Amino acid sequence: MAAGTDLTPSSYIAHHLTNLRVTFGEGGFWTLNVDTIVMGWLMGIIGIGTFWLVARTATRGVPGRFQGFIELIVEFVDNTIKDVFPGSRKFLAPLALTIFVWVFMMNAMDLVPIDWVAMIMHGLGFSAWKAVPTTDINTTFGMSWSVFFLVIFFSFKAKGVGGYLHELFTAPFGSNPILWIPNLVLNIVELLAKPISLGMRLFGNMYAGELVFMLLGLLASVAALTIGGLAAGAASLVLTWAWAVFHILIILLQAFIFMVLAAVYIAMAHEHH
Amino acid sequence: MQESLALIQSYTALGIAIIVGLGAIGACLGIGIMGSKFLESAARQPELIPQLQKFMFLLAGLIDAAFLIGVGIAMFFGFANPLLSVIR
Repeated sequence: MAAGTDLTPSSYIAHHLTNLRVTFGEGGFWTLNVDTIVMGWLMGIIGIGTFWLVARTATRGVPGRFQGFIELIVEFVDNTIKDVFPGSRKFLAPLALTIFVWVFMMNAMDLVPIDWVAMIMHGLGFSAWKAVPTTDINTTFGMSWSVFFLVIFFSFKAKGVGGYLHELFTAPFGSNPILWIPNLVLNIVELLAKPISLGMRLFGNMYAGELVFMLLGLLASVAALTIGGLAAGAASLVLTWAWAVFHILIILLQAFIFMVLAAVYIAMAHEHH
Repeated sequence: MQESLALIQSYTALGIAIIVGLGAIGACLGIGIMGSKFLESAARQPELIPQLQKFMFLLAGLIDAAFLIGVGIAMFFGFANPLLSVIR
């Protein structure tokens, strides 16, 4: 940890929660979180590149360990999708696999110690760098709104324009004209609740996890060669390790939940009332 | 100035305690109910364990999510309190 003169617990936490921002044009609308975009793309490219390399060199004979591992993931996702969606999985299964691997890769950046990232990036001359794209609400909401648009698209595709509009106006209560407006309002609320809960869930989990790592890092900052200092250092070491182990479960679980819920929402769009 | 600062800080501390505490109560009750039902059903029909386990983990994540979001928001208020900027 850099020993600045004005390094207080609040400034340490606040600094690690700051994105590297670049603003274009007037006003704050075109503000890009550069670190989020770079890390997100990097993780996506690494994920896709790994799968591409394995698929290119895949053999029909006895697969190697790594190919076996990739096949395990693909089959696991395919089976999960098979459970939630009975139709053709030509689009949905690759989508789910992409979401799962990408979200997992982005979440896994949480396990890289934040002070290492900060030190490297300060060395390169950047003022702030947040390594975990999913702790930025823009990433999670970008993904969840993409899922939302897919839900709309598949609703139109599966039921037709007339069929879907009919369902929007008549679905829960009935087709009496008095009930058209309540039906529509209820349907819109139901539609909007999906992407918001999806995005908030992933963001909240990752953000809280990152904050706990930071708090444990603060505990390490009081470590010194006294009895209390040694105790604090040891406690920080043990607790950080324990939280990291627990966090492996959380990042996998959140990637899995995001994938399953996205698939369930798209599968629900195919259902007729 | 000093008084209002202390006032905001004390109310924020209370708010954090309520957010984390109530969230923990809810999440624990939820996980407890789900776990007990899972164990009951697993004891009744052991052949369903693999299928049920998947849903149990899924639901554990869903139940935990609200609590963890609350902890995140509470910690945010604890360290970078946006309400303090009013008097600064």
